[in-house]
Amino acid sequence: MSLLAARRPAGTGSVQERAADRRRGRTGYWLILPGFVFMLLFFVLPVFSLLATSLYTKPPGADIGQFAPALEFGNYVVVLQNYWPELLRSFAFALVATAAALLIGYPMAYLVAVRLRGRKLLQGILLVLIIAPFFTSFILRTQAWKQILADEGPVVQVLRALSLLPQDGRLTATAFAVVCGLTYNFLPFMTLPIYANLERLDTRLIEAGSDLYAGGFTTFRTVTLPLSMPGVLAGTLLTFIPASGDYVNAALLGNNQDTTMIGQVIDSRFFRVVDYPGAAALSFILMLAILVLVTLYVRRFGTKDLV
Amino acid sequence: MTQHELKTAPEPAGAAAGGADLSLASVTKRFADFVAVDNLDLTIPAGSFFALLGPSGCGKTTTLRMVAGLEQPTSGQIMIGGRDLTGTGAHERPVNTVFQNYALFPHMSVLDNVAFGLKRRRVRDAQAQAKAALELVELGHLGARRPGQLSGGQQQRVALARAVVNRPAVLLLDEPLGALDLKLRRQMQVELKKIQTEVGLTFVHVTHDQDEAMTMADTVAVMNGGRVEQLGAPRDLYELPRTAFVANFLGKSNLIAGDVVEDRGDAVVVAAGGHRLAVRKDRAAAHHGRAVVGIRPEKLKILWPVDAPGTDTNLLRGRVLDTSFTGVSTEYLVAVPGIGTLGVFSQNHGQQLARPGDEVVLAWDTGHAFGLRGDEDTSAGAAEAADG
Amino acid sequence: MKTTIGRWLVPVFGGLAFIFLLVPVAYVFAFSFNDAGRTNLSWRGFTLENWLNPCGAPAVCEALGNSLQIGAIATVLATALGTAIAIGLVRYRFRLNATANMLIFLPLATPEVVLGASLLAQFLNIGAELGLGTIIIAHTMFCISFVVVTVKARVASLDPKLEEAASDLYASPLQAFWRVTFPLLLPGIVAAALLAFAMSFDDFIITNFNSGNVTTFPKFIYVSATRGIPAQANVIGSAMFIIALAIVIGGQILSHRRARTLAAR
Repeated sequence: MSLLAARRPAGTGSVQERAADRRRGRTGYWLILPGFVFMLLFFVLPVFSLLATSLYTKPPGADIGQFAPALEFGNYVVVLQNYWPELLRSFAFALVATAAALLIGYPMAYLVAVRLRGRKLLQGILLVLIIAPFFTSFILRTQAWKQILADEGPVVQVLRALSLLPQDGRLTATAFAVVCGLTYNFLPFMTLPIYANLERLDTRLIEAGSDLYAGGFTTFRTVTLPLSMPGVLAGTLLTFIPASGDYVNAALLGNNQDTTMIGQVIDSRFFRVVDYPGAAALSFILMLAILVLVTLYVRRFGTKDLV
Repeated sequence: MTQHELKTAPEPAGAAAGGADLSLASVTKRFADFVAVDNLDLTIPAGSFFALLGPSGCGKTTTLRMVAGLEQPTSGQIMIGGRDLTGTGAHERPVNTVFQNYALFPHMSVLDNVAFGLKRRRVRDAQAQAKAALELVELGHLGARRPGQLSGGQQQRVALARAVVNRPAVLLLDEPLGALDLKLRRQMQVELKKIQTEVGLTFVHVTHDQDEAMTMADTVAVMNGGRVEQLGAPRDLYELPRTAFVANFLGKSNLIAGDVVEDRGDAVVVAAGGHRLAVRKDRAAAHHGRAVVGIRPEKLKILWPVDAPGTDTNLLRGRVLDTSFTGVSTEYLVAVPGIGTLGVFSQNHGQQLARPGDEVVLAWDTGHAFGLRGDEDTSAGAAEAADG
Repeated sequence: MKTTIGRWLVPVFGGLAFIFLLVPVAYVFAFSFNDAGRTNLSWRGFTLENWLNPCGAPAVCEALGNSLQIGAIATVLATALGTAIAIGLVRYRFRLNATANMLIFLPLATPEVVLGASLLAQFLNIGAELGLGTIIIAHTMFCISFVVVTVKARVASLDPKLEEAASDLYASPLQAFWRVTFPLLLPGIVAAALLAFAMSFDDFIITNFNSGNVTTFPKFIYVSATRGIPAQANVIGSAMFIIALAIVIGGQILSHRRARTLAAR
C-alpha cells in the first residue's frame, strides 16, 4: 500500500494508442505501389541489366559496340588490374572533400538553425541561398572556379606575389583544385541534412550543457555534436557517395595524369572506347565498394533511421 | 447485423436531442500481441454522464475509439439508440469526440474548426451555428484566430464546441482535461458538467483521474485489464468496492487478509494475525473460508491506548511509523504486529497528534468495513493508482 | 572567454562559408555582362547585349527549354509518386517496411555514374531510343528518393489524431485527406518539389548517359566548355538563380506577413 505516494499524472501514450497510430489496410499498399513499380522498373531492373552487361563478351570479329551475353568474370579482373589507382584515388578525394565539406557545412547549418532561431525570414532566405546555386548550374559554377583560380587569375597572382605559391605554381589542373571543386559542389548536400537535424535541437539542452560544463566548446563536443550525429551521418553520406563517383570536377579542374577519377574512366569506356562490359564492371565495383563502406560506416556511427 | 441495416445507419445526429442509449455487447478487441478489451458488456443510458476510469493500458481508450468508429472490434456489437453501428466508419456515426490534446486543425481558424463537422454534413447555416457554439463556450470573440494562438484552456473549449455543435447522440471525451493545470482543470470540470446539463447529451468520459471521474460523472465504470471491474454511482463504488483493484485504485484502502471464524448473524468475524475484525454480511463478499477485510484510512480512528474501548473486535494495537501533517488532516502509517502497515487519515480537530514511536490503538465502526473475496490480491491497483 | 570566442566564431565562419558558396554565382553573374565575343574567359568590357539577347548563342535556349520541360515533368511525377510513398510508409504498417525503406535509400547510396550507367545498360538492352523520354524517366527515378525523404519528415511530424478528428467530424477518408492532411503536408511537398526541380535542372551525369542527341542546359555548358562558354549561358544561369530566389523569398515574405496580420487580429 502506497499511502504516502504522491499521485503523478499519467503518461499520455498507452500501448493501444501507439498501436493505433499506424493503420493497416489496403490503402497503404495502393499508395506505395505506383512509386515502387517505377523504382523496380527503373532502378532495380537496370542494376541487374548493368550486372548482366558487365559479364558480356566481345565475340571475335564483332563490330564496335557489339557484345554477346556471357558470364565473363574476367572483365572484372581486367578493369580492376587496369584501374585500381583511379578507384582508390576517387575514394581518397571524396574522403578529403567530405571532411572539408563537414568543416564548412556544420557552422553554416549551426548558424542558420541555432543562432538565427526565431528569425524565420532570415532563416528562410539563407536556406534558399544554399539551394538556389543549383539553378546556376554546377558546371557553370565549376567553370567559374576554374577561371577564378586560373594561372592568370587574381588568386594565383596574389598568392605568387605573397610567395605563398612558387612563381611557376598553379592551382588549376591539380589534385587540390579537384578536391576543392568536390567540396564546393557537394556542400549543400552536407549542410541541409545537418540543418534539418539542428533545427529540431532543443536549445535548452545547450543551455543546460553550458550551465554544467561552462565551456562553449566542451558543450558543443559533449551535447550538440552527439545530438546532431544523425544529421552529420546523412550529410557525410550524401556528400561522400556522389563525390566518389563524380567526374565533372576532375574533368574541368584536373589534369590528365594524377587526378583522373573512376567516373571519368567509366564515362570514357562507355562513350569513347565503347567497352560496355568493362564500363559496367567498373560501375558495379564502384557500387559494391560504396555499399560496403557505407555499411561499415553506418554500423560504426549507427542510426537506424537513415531515410 | 445485416448489410441493409449498415447502410441505413449513417444518418448522423440531429434527431438525438437528449442523446441516445449506447450499448456494447460482448465487445472484444484483440491486437497482435494482447487483448485490449475483453468481452465487454456495457449499457449507458441516454442523457447520462458516464466515466470510464482506469489506469493506462486498461482498455478504456480502445473502448472509446471503438465507440467513435476509429477502431473496429474484433468481435461483438456496438449499438447507439438501438441501431447497430458495428463496422461503420467514424464519419458515419452520430458520435463526436473531444480528443486528448484537442486535435484542432492548425491550418483553419477557430470558427472553421467548429464549423467543420456541420459543413461536412452540408448543414445550411453552419457558420451561424458554429458562432453560437463558440458563444456557448464563451469564445465568440476569438473565432478568427488560429488554434495555435489560444491558451490551453481556450483550445479545450474550442474542441468541446467543435464536438457539441453537431448535437451528437453520444459525446466522447478522451482525457480532455489531462493537458491542463490543476486550477484550470477544476474550473473546466465545473463548466463541462454545466454544459452537459445545458445541452443534455450522453457524455462518455475516459479518464485515469479518479477525482475527475467522481466529481463529474453520475456513473463510473472502473476498468482493468480490458474488463469492467465494477460499475456504479461514484459514492457506491467508493463506500463498497467489490474488488481489491477498485478498493486501491479509487481512493486508498487498508486490505487485511484472514479467515472467517464466526457467524454473528448480521456480521461475520474474520481472524487475521491474532486480531478479530467484524464485517457486516451485506457488505461482505465471502461469508466463510478465506476473506479480505477492507477499511478506508479516514474511517479508522486513532486512539491513545488508555482511551480504547474494552472490546476484543475491531481494535488494532500498533506503533506509529511515520506521520505527515497536511493542515486539514494528518496521515499516519501505523505498524500493527501480525497484520502489517496500515494508513490512517485523521481530520484536524485540534487533538493532540501522535508521533513516530507512539503506541496507539486503531478502531472503527463495523458498518464502515467491507469484505472482499479471499482470493483477492490485496495490492492490486495500488501501483496503478500511484502512477495515475 | 571561450564563450565570447564561440559567440563570433560561428557567425564569421558560417558567413565565410556562405560567401564561398556564392562567389562563383557572383562571378557567373558578373561575366554575364562581359562583352565577350566567342569565349567568355577574360573581362573585355561591360555590355547589356547578352541580357537583351539571351538566346543569341546557338542552341542555348533550346537546351534551356529542354531542361525546363524535363524538370517540370520529372518534378510532377516524382513529387506525386514520392509523396504517396512517404504517406504510405509512415502511416501504414507493412510486412515489407524494411525492404521498402531500403529501396528508397539505395538510389541515394549509389553514385550518379552507376545510376546513369545502369539505366543506359537497361535502355541499350531493351533497345529503347535515348531522348527526352529516357531523361525524364532517369530524373524521376533519382528525384523520388529525395521527395520521399523530405515529405516523410513532414508526415511523421503530423499528428495522426488530426485525421481521426476529421473523420470523427463526418469527413470521408477522401475529404479528410484533402481538407486536413494535404494542406498540412503542403509546405513539405512544395519543398520536396523545389528540391526535385533543382536536382533535375542541375543534373549532368545521369543525363549525359541517357540523353542521346538531346541537349540539356548543363550538358550544353559541359560540351561548350572546351571551346568556350557563351556569355548567354551566364545570363540564363544568373536569371534562373534570381527567379528561384525571388519566387521562394517572395512566398516566404507573403506567409510571414499573413502570420503577422493573423496574430494582430
